[in-house]
Amino acid sequence: MTDNKKSKNMTTLFKVLRFIGRYRFLLILSILLACTTVVIQLYVPILFGNAIDQVVAAHQVHFHKMLYFLGRVTTLIVLSSILTWIMNMINNRMTYHTVKDIRSKAIQKISHLPLSYLDAHSTGDIVSRVIADTDILSDGLLLGFTQLFSGIVTIIVTLAFMLSKNIWITLLVVVLTPLSFFVAKFVSSHSYEMFHKQSDTRGKQTALIEEMIGNQRIVHAFGYESTASERFAQINEDLKEYSQKAVFYSSLTNPSTRFVNNIIYAGVALLGAILVPYNMLTIGGLSVMLAYANQYMKPFNDISSVVTELQNALACASRIFEILEAETESKEPEKELTDITGKVEIHDVAFSYDPSKELIRDFNLSVKPGMRVAIVGPTGCGKTTLINLLMRFYDVQNGAISIDDTDISKVTRHSLRHGFGMVLQDTWIKAGTVRENICIGKPDASEDEIIEAAKRSHSLSFIRRLPDGLDTMLHEDSLSQGQRQLLCITRVMLALPPMLILDEATSSIDTRTELKIQEAFDRLMQGRTSFIVAHRLSTIQNADLILVMKEGKIIEQGTHTSLIENDGFYKTLYQSQFANVTE
Amino acid sequence: MRTLGVYLSGYKKESFLAPFFKLLEVIFDLIVPLIVARIIDIGIANNDRIFILQQFLILLLMAAIGLTCSFTAQFYAARASVGFATKVRQALFDHIGTLSFTELDTLGTDTLITRITDDVNQVQNGLNLGLRLLLRSPFIVIGAMVMAFMINVRCAFIFVVAIPVLFVVVFSIMLISIPLLKKVQSKLDHLTGLTRENLTGVRVIRAFCQEEASLNNFDQANHALTKLNEFVGRISALLNPLTYLLINMATVILIYKAGIEVNVGNLKQGEVVALYNYMAQIVVELIKLASLIITLNKSVACADRVAGIFHISSSMSYPEETVKDFKQTDTAVSFDHVSFAYKGAGEESLSDITFSVKKGQTVGIIGSTGSGKSTLVNLISRFYDTTKGTIQLDGKSIKDYSRKDLCAKLGIVPQSAVLFNGTIRDNLRWGKDTATDKELWEALDVAQATDVVKAKKRQLDFKIAQSGRNLSGGQKQRLTIARALVKCPEILILDDSASALDFATDAALRKALHTYCKDTTTFLVSQRSASIRQADLILVLDDGKLAGIGTHDELLNHCNTYQEIYYSQFPEEQKQNKKEAAAV
Repeated sequence: MTDNKKSKNMTTLFKVLRFIGRYRFLLILSILLACTTVVIQLYVPILFGNAIDQVVAAHQVHFHKMLYFLGRVTTLIVLSSILTWIMNMINNRMTYHTVKDIRSKAIQKISHLPLSYLDAHSTGDIVSRVIADTDILSDGLLLGFTQLFSGIVTIIVTLAFMLSKNIWITLLVVVLTPLSFFVAKFVSSHSYEMFHKQSDTRGKQTALIEEMIGNQRIVHAFGYESTASERFAQINEDLKEYSQKAVFYSSLTNPSTRFVNNIIYAGVALLGAILVPYNMLTIGGLSVMLAYANQYMKPFNDISSVVTELQNALACASRIFEILEAETESKEPEKELTDITGKVEIHDVAFSYDPSKELIRDFNLSVKPGMRVAIVGPTGCGKTTLINLLMRFYDVQNGAISIDDTDISKVTRHSLRHGFGMVLQDTWIKAGTVRENICIGKPDASEDEIIEAAKRSHSLSFIRRLPDGLDTMLHEDSLSQGQRQLLCITRVMLALPPMLILDEATSSIDTRTELKIQEAFDRLMQGRTSFIVAHRLSTIQNADLILVMKEGKIIEQGTHTSLIENDGFYKTLYQSQFANVTE
Repeated sequence: MRTLGVYLSGYKKESFLAPFFKLLEVIFDLIVPLIVARIIDIGIANNDRIFILQQFLILLLMAAIGLTCSFTAQFYAARASVGFATKVRQALFDHIGTLSFTELDTLGTDTLITRITDDVNQVQNGLNLGLRLLLRSPFIVIGAMVMAFMINVRCAFIFVVAIPVLFVVVFSIMLISIPLLKKVQSKLDHLTGLTRENLTGVRVIRAFCQEEASLNNFDQANHALTKLNEFVGRISALLNPLTYLLINMATVILIYKAGIEVNVGNLKQGEVVALYNYMAQIVVELIKLASLIITLNKSVACADRVAGIFHISSSMSYPEETVKDFKQTDTAVSFDHVSFAYKGAGEESLSDITFSVKKGQTVGIIGSTGSGKSTLVNLISRFYDTTKGTIQLDGKSIKDYSRKDLCAKLGIVPQSAVLFNGTIRDNLRWGKDTATDKELWEALDVAQATDVVKAKKRQLDFKIAQSGRNLSGGQKQRLTIARALVKCPEILILDDSASALDFATDAALRKALHTYCKDTTTFLVSQRSASIRQADLILVLDDGKLAGIGTHDELLNHCNTYQEIYYSQFPEEQKQNKKEAAAV
């Protein structure tokens, strides 16, 4: 490990310690309890040994002393059991509450992170940080600490106890134990290659399975089943070969270390038997030594696995802290935007996602209340970006956007966003009922209002066909793309906001239904300032203002008729979609 | 379980030898304390060094034999379990190949993939562990008790009481916590879902100012999960201290009892040490056994799921040979009052469809999303069987064709353009594995894909990545069309397969198809009116019903649905037509 990485690990560790600060007493208590129980549990065999020493031979059993030792054993095991139980409970509390704290902090944080952060990180990655990494962190770190300390204490105390019994046997155990490490290492390094081959082949097989079973329709249609089966069989045979070896080699570790252990055990028995007659060891002492010889390996194994676990936990911790320490959105101003009339001014706006690539610059636009503004242009020209800026999902880097003569960066985001109704191309459905999904924008809507909105957005007919109507539970993939889009439109129809944003709102709906929804939209847009992004130019012909964008700039603007007369880029765009009619 | 047992039958010898050698190892393990007892009672008592050395050598020898036995057991266990899993995997893969779409739809491909990968692996692990360890732990526990009886009957009775008590404690804790752990998992899944939702829906959540509500939701789920975790934790926290307490209490009683026995001369000191050792072994093995049983439980569940797939058989049967009759007909495809409902669906997706198509005709199918276009062509390829009515190909019921003959007749270009890992040549030969390069180029030419292939450095040998990731949507679509054309099918079905092509390519493709496949009957599913307006016959579908049938001009005159679709795409013409109508 490099120094740099080490120091990074240290800072992460300190951050974690600060984070679990409120549980530090519990942590210290847990470590103390772990150490105490370890000492007791190691001391018990000695007491048993002492008790056995009182049982010499017929008529030579010292019952009084034996009972004394057994009595102490009983007290200690009861004590140790209670302490272990308390320790387990403390560990539970500590781990589960730390996980809970971290998760709720993380999700709080996420709700205040700018979209630029969320867009730049994959969903799966963030989810795994919030869910899986926190689990590993709490398990690895908190239990790791306890195990580490109790492991070290076990080794020291065992050594001390063994030394108190006999130095030679102790030496024998200490010298021979590392042997089993070498054996384990030897076996694992030899099975590694086979594991590698196994996972390679397994990867190939999974790829084939995904291809063939995932596309069973095509396999079926082309009668490809037998060929697929042959290809599968080939990989399957390879996998069998590697798997058998990998499974076999890896299963040798335990018997091998057990073998080394057995040799040590035999050695202890031999040496002990030689030493007893010289009064250097008692019979009870020998039984204790045999018990210790059997157990001595365990704490070493524990510690070595704890170390990897701790490193793992720290890695997870630093991934979580990346989220927890990410910069949040700029502070919310206090002013609210109320009674919106819908006058929108965009003044000299510049913006780019990537500082090295300029996207929008010198953007100027003035929209009167109630105006219908359509934005067209080739992919990547900045249409969606404009919407991100209007909603303040992203902040402008230069210039200003104002609504009703108020700079939108000077009012709360909520009051701004309440002013807009938005339908995006990317349709999002939350897990919940149809009703819950429709009512997102207006949680207190009545049944009649919902049905009216569904009627107007032409979603009522398919909702009625769902098993439980409005109360059908929806999952991420339970509706077709078109149906999901209809639901999103229903949301906006219900909320009736003063301004509208439609970003490819009807892209997944067939042209006939689109035409019907268009009528509803037309009614909805009456008197509302609206921004429409559409790729089917036929749907925006009656907009009051069409902006033709290219490479982040408005290159043409006007009404449909004026733009066609203008004979510019818009006309080319417009004609390209009807190219085949004139053939 | 019995279903899968068949696949183990080739490994009878291995499945017997693995546990057998494991038992041998256990026996050697169990003898060790006895030898130590002899060292103490004979060797030390008489200070007989030679005897002690002998016993030491015996211990070493037993360790070596134990190692050999154990290696042998592991070897056979690995062979049997991996061999078994290999057979199951192959059989499962082949079985899935025989299932019809009705079954595939219900099961879902994701499920099938999990069954054949993860689940089979779990079964393999379970079998491997089971062969090695399932007998070991009970044998040690019982063996220790038997040994105790051999040493001293009265002391052995302590084992008889202690073992069942420990057994009950360990297993009741496990049994109580397993179902609870399942609940924990589902609560965790819920929390994961909410986290994902917060991220994927961030724009909508923020646009509708729902941050607070979704945070509350999350906090509730988070709290519930923590509570349940703590509850389960409290139960499993009992396992260690309880077993520790019980086993040591039993040891205390054992030593006291042994003291009495030694005092009257029924027992020697070394034997007390042996008894003590046996007691210590029991608890370790019981805990191992319990966790082994949990693992095995999981494997059995996986095995059941795998067996479940084997129990599902195809709901569709094909005759071995196509039924022979020599009736000549010029009707390529005919539907007679055909209705179809997907399994489990309440409403019919297609109802009462009747039409017939002559050989060499081009049929356009149009309608809105969900109107049943794809379903209709799926019936022609017999992906599903009709629920009512009959379909005939060449005047013969579709059910009279063997699987092979039906396959040979049809060329299908599916909606989603899927290509497979391999060269372009490999992919194109799916339909006809003997096709020459010349035939391939011809098909590519018609599919307007020659340029696509020519642009690649290695042309036909260009390597396509999994699911065709290294090609654009339009390129893939053209290649899938070529793939279907290579075998010169009698019936060609294009299921909305030109959607990613620009209008000019689409037009060129249709023109080329027309000349290339003169005798081929072509079905063209499309959302674009322009793509199908030249078809010999157009079927207009609306909500599963045939709303109109005829040529473009006929439909434009009579069919309302067709007019709506057409004018929604060509508003210009509507105005023109209206003007003309007004002029007339």
